[in-house]
Amino acid sequence: MGFPEDVSVHGHLVDQLYAHAFWLTLVAFLAVVAILGFCLVRYRAGSGRPPRYTHGSGRGALFLTLALAFGVFVAIDLPLALEDHRAWEAIAGSPPDPGRAFRVQVMPQQFVWNVRYPGKDGEFGTEDDLTTQNRLHVPVGLPVLVELRSVDVIHSFFLPHFRIKQDALPGLTTRLYFEAKKTGTFEIACAELCGSEHYRMRGLLHVESPEEVEAWIERTREEYGADQELWQAWTRMKRESE
Amino acid sequence: MTAPADVREANLPATGIPTGKLGVWLFLVSEVMFFGALVGSYLLLRMGARSWPDPARTLDTALLGANTFVLITSSVTMVLAVRAAERNDLRGLRRNLLLTILLGTTFLALKGLDYAHLFGAGITIDASLFGASYFTLTGFHGLHVLAGIVALASLLAFSRRPAFARRREWIENAGLYWHFVDVVWILLFVLLCLL
Amino acid sequence: MSGASSRLSPEAPAAPHAPAAGLWRRVFSTDHKVIGKQYLFTGIFFLFFAGLLALLIRWQLAYPFEPVPLVGRLLFRRDGFMGGEHYTQLFTLHGSLMVFFAVTPILIGAIGNFVIPLQVGARDMAFPRLNMISYWTIFAGGLVMAASFLAPGGTASAGWTNYPPLASDPGMTLGLGQTLWILGIVLAGTSTLLGAINYLATILNLRAPGMTLARLPLTAWSFFFTSVLNLFWIPVVAAALILVLLDRVAGTSFFLAGARAPFEGGQPLLYQHLFWGFGHPEVYILILPVWGILGDLLSVFSRKPAFGYRTSVVAMGAIVAVSGIVWGHHMFTSGMSPLLGKAFVFLTLAVSVPTAVLFLNWLGTLWRGAIRLAPPMAYALGVVFVFAVGGLTGVFNALRAFDVYIHDTYFVVAHFHYTLAASVFFGSFAAIAYWFPKMFGREMDRRLALAHFVLSFLLINAVFFAMFRMGLAGMPRRTADPFAYDYLKPLRPWSVFAGWSTAALGAVQLLFAWNFVRSLLAGRRAPANPWGAATLEWSVPSPPPPHDFERIPIVRGGPHEYGRPGGGGLDFVPQHEAAAAP
Repeated sequence: MGFPEDVSVHGHLVDQLYAHAFWLTLVAFLAVVAILGFCLVRYRAGSGRPPRYTHGSGRGALFLTLALAFGVFVAIDLPLALEDHRAWEAIAGSPPDPGRAFRVQVMPQQFVWNVRYPGKDGEFGTEDDLTTQNRLHVPVGLPVLVELRSVDVIHSFFLPHFRIKQDALPGLTTRLYFEAKKTGTFEIACAELCGSEHYRMRGLLHVESPEEVEAWIERTREEYGADQELWQAWTRMKRESE
Repeated sequence: MTAPADVREANLPATGIPTGKLGVWLFLVSEVMFFGALVGSYLLLRMGARSWPDPARTLDTALLGANTFVLITSSVTMVLAVRAAERNDLRGLRRNLLLTILLGTTFLALKGLDYAHLFGAGITIDASLFGASYFTLTGFHGLHVLAGIVALASLLAFSRRPAFARRREWIENAGLYWHFVDVVWILLFVLLCLL
Repeated sequence: MSGASSRLSPEAPAAPHAPAAGLWRRVFSTDHKVIGKQYLFTGIFFLFFAGLLALLIRWQLAYPFEPVPLVGRLLFRRDGFMGGEHYTQLFTLHGSLMVFFAVTPILIGAIGNFVIPLQVGARDMAFPRLNMISYWTIFAGGLVMAASFLAPGGTASAGWTNYPPLASDPGMTLGLGQTLWILGIVLAGTSTLLGAINYLATILNLRAPGMTLARLPLTAWSFFFTSVLNLFWIPVVAAALILVLLDRVAGTSFFLAGARAPFEGGQPLLYQHLFWGFGHPEVYILILPVWGILGDLLSVFSRKPAFGYRTSVVAMGAIVAVSGIVWGHHMFTSGMSPLLGKAFVFLTLAVSVPTAVLFLNWLGTLWRGAIRLAPPMAYALGVVFVFAVGGLTGVFNALRAFDVYIHDTYFVVAHFHYTLAASVFFGSFAAIAYWFPKMFGREMDRRLALAHFVLSFLLINAVFFAMFRMGLAGMPRRTADPFAYDYLKPLRPWSVFAGWSTAALGAVQLLFAWNFVRSLLAGRRAPANPWGAATLEWSVPSPPPPHDFERIPIVRGGPHEYGRPGGGGLDFVPQHEAAAAP
């Protein structure tokens, strides 16, 4: 179908939903085109056949209309709505188990993704935090919980290989969950217009083994530490909203 | 030629509502949506706010209450003006129009006092969400009152011309608008000043 | 308002706007036919202008940051390539000019103005002077939009959706251009709103004797519904834009939040709710007239009554009713409440039911007809095809789990261009080709028109099919250089293909422009009823006299009495004539 490779645990649900919607709507589309084409070939003026005088307002036509309405509802709308409901529940229905999940905060600003890792104590705003820009290291096979909040305008955290995106707004924390099933380096795109250099807001997502992620965090913190200044805004806003 | 049964009098508007009046009603629908969007936004912002100043302490409720009374009275004089127009009582019409205009102007003057009072207390449109909502909502309402005063004043001036006799329904249409503006104020008064 | 004066008795051709004396009366005309033409020329001007912006956009996407040929040095920098700031301005103005200054004036302003009084059997709009003011309001709006290009730092750059804080934070989008843009849109909206009041009053009150609601042509019905939506929702977007304006210029903070807000409590999401509360009805505002025109045209050119007239009206009404409560599918990724999300999925999918009824009725009209492939019919059949694509891809946007992936990608862009560009423009071309003889008293060249249709049809599908492909691959919209992302690099050929298809599509529009201008000046004189159509506008000469009807007609039958057996010499019964006994 032309999608980027699916490397998330739930991405296949999105791809399947697309496939089902595609086949169902394709049938409807082909029906329209077939009837349209048939009429164009068969019922041209000058064939000598007089047009059939009908307003399509009789019982038969009404029955046809209701049957079609019912058919579309039952054959297209209902199954897709149900599948969508199930898929979305699986993807985002309930937050991952906080004991298991890998938590990270992302605070975009024009035109950078700021990332904060809580470090070993699992708490943000403490000594062992690590802050970086434009690169996000997450473990494979564990649910990842991303908390988003924007510094300035609205951005949108888009992981095409995970079939998921979530807007980041100033003054409001939004959340996004995903779980990688494969290691590798993937891209983070910004999907909401955030200014004239919106197109440059590219980040990298490194999916590694949990041990590698931990080691990377330790190593990098020793080198760079945590620049907490920017994040005080988050802590302040959070306290106020509680 | 005898007209078929389904043929109405061609002179009559098809709905039976005079066209000018229908136009005013349609316009008022759009006004309801406009104020609805502003008031809805205000309510959502206020519900989402962590704190909100107590209106009884921030606003001069007595002054605003008196102002509400002024505007309600102006609706009464407007009704009297419409009645006078129906009776062909040109003098009564002009008197009541003038009264309505004066009451509307009084409302705006008191509104000015209210604004001055708030400015004195440091409450401006760019100082807080309360100030922003208060001045935006009452400001748009005030502009509507001003527009109504201008419309009524032109009708008052026009009422001296002979052509006015054929335009009697304009008084009624202006009255519809005036009552609408009045109702909006009562709603705003309750939402901004009492709750 | 001169409401009562236009309500004339059948006998009295009194003259509120007698043959215009002098230039002033002709320019500031209150005649709905003149105003309709003014809207038409304005709309076509902006259509070409905003189309040229699209061409520049596609150049940038095909060849990111390469110098723009011919015009680059003139428009952008010394070295001729555009920067990110130019690109954001281009797509912002492309979208907003197309929606508010091209589609709306052509379909609603021009066709609505010209056709409504003639179809309902009135001599003019209910409020002719208000009608004139409506046109000059959008004209002023157009001037303000033009002025925004001259503002320091250029015109608006927050997208046609104008989301705050980007749009409302004075430090984020460069000053005056963004502010002027908001004013221009509010002026255009005011114009449309005043027009809606006029259209509704005209359709409700000025119907000729015998023109019951059940005999209104579907075109008139669709303008009725579109006007209802305009009446309800334009004020909402106006309120939202005014609040953005206050955030920009008066120091309020309705939609600002976070560290940059002057004070606490603003809600950026609130704007999105208000905007899409209007924004989703807006797509129906633009497509409804196309549906109505399609209903009438398919009937005329199949020589057969419109199939399921009543169910078509009910379906359009149902969509109007539901359109105000489906906006949330534009906001699945916004952080809005999850419970709301579920309701929006279901309501949005439910729109497919009345839409299916409309398709049934269009195809039912063709079925066993005697189809004439005149240009208006060719365009109309084109609409059936492209709207099928546009409508069915709408289903994907309703599915939350999938929408979260394709939201703000080219999939969405392709979907809404199939509905709002392909369907609406073929609908507009159908309408122009159909009513051109009535408007100007001359005929358009049929062969040129058919060539324009065939080429446009192929090319527009090429452009937007490529966009579906790029969207499925996850290409975000509004990025000046999508190929900055590695995962999108393989899509470059598709973007080049879309770019050259757009260029060709643009070139093909010159065929239309040439046909339009040449026919206007030297087309064959048109008879009163060149298509053999039954509705009232074809009962008067082409072009109609200043007061449209010598006598207000008395309507005796439905709008689609074609191919009636025993109808005498004609194969149709005009609405103002009684049917011969079968």
